Amino acid sequence: MTEATPLWEVFIRPRNGLSHKHCGSLHAADEVMALNAARDVYTRRGEGVSIWVVPSASVFASDPDQAAENFEPTADKIYRHPTFYEIPEDVGHM
Amino acid sequence: MALLNAVLELADDHLILGHRVSEWCGHAPMLEEDLALPNMALDLIGTARVLYDYAAKLEGKGRSEDDMAMLRVEREYRNCLLVERPNGDFAQTMLRQLYFAAFMEPFWKAALTSPDEVIRGVAGKAVKEMAYHIRHAGEWVIRLGDGTEESAAKMQAAVRELHRFTGELFESSAAAAFCEADGILPVRAEMRGEWDRVIGMVFGEALLELPDVPYPQAGGRDGIHGEGLGHLLAEMQYLQRAHPGAEW
Repeated sequence: MTEATPLWEVFIRPRNGLSHKHCGSLHAADEVMALNAARDVYTRRGEGVSIWVVPSASVFASDPDQAAENFEPTADKIYRHPTFYEIPEDVGHM
Repeated sequence: MALLNAVLELADDHLILGHRVSEWCGHAPMLEEDLALPNMALDLIGTARVLYDYAAKLEGKGRSEDDMAMLRVEREYRNCLLVERPNGDFAQTMLRQLYFAAFMEPFWKAALTSPDEVIRGVAGKAVKEMAYHIRHAGEWVIRLGDGTEESAAKMQAAVRELHRFTGELFESSAAAAFCEADGILPVRAEMRGEWDRVIGMVFGEALLELPDVPYPQAGGRDGIHGEGLGHLLAEMQYLQRAHPGAEW
């Protein structure tokens, strides 16, 4: 089954102006069938206005064993968060 | 009266095909199709509901859309024979869907300018749904027809089995012809060009040939159905007949 229908990752854009978000994966024979299946499986409740599908085999993932060296060094660098600015109330959410 | 009967023909087509497609729920060959098939069934049943509601109002006897769908007997059903054909295998189901949607899509498109507000409303929604059904079913027909030896054989068998039921789509009953003359409903025979074009395009890619049909089958518009419809209705109507007025 998976040989004839490889795995695809599905990305949906919920509204214009927002970016595509990963929402799941599915099996399909090719990109046309994958787009149809994504439409049928992931947009039944008005979730989106645009779909991307990407062969799962094309996704390269970071190694969980390297999680510590990848991500932990950022934990103590609070100066990278722009939280020291005072934002006028009129601006609202940035 | 003519409009009532013509609307019932349309409603029955959609309900019966919708029920047939819904029979796949939980049985589809893959998870993705197990969601896609009920999606399509619900498109069809949704259209049927609006049409039954309209038919009930036209009749003016106080019946509801549910009464129209669940409490009429086999001979009162006016659906064409194609939609009641058993699901068979996946190839047959997809081909039946393609045949029907390739007819309904141009039909609803033409109905967008109907002077009848309800017909126009249904058409606006259904034309998009049918466009997707053509795409979904068409892509499967192409891949099965131009697939493995086994899938090609099954696709060809589906064409041999179902093609003889397609002629009836283009025939207008007396009721339909009356509404067509008034411009309320599109002329069924005029869908032939677009249907031939879509089917020809899909079959070309699917490496399928249009078969000769020595004995075209028709009769659904007169209430003459295959034995399968009785079984379908028995299952579909069981609950309302065993427990009249049941709600949940």
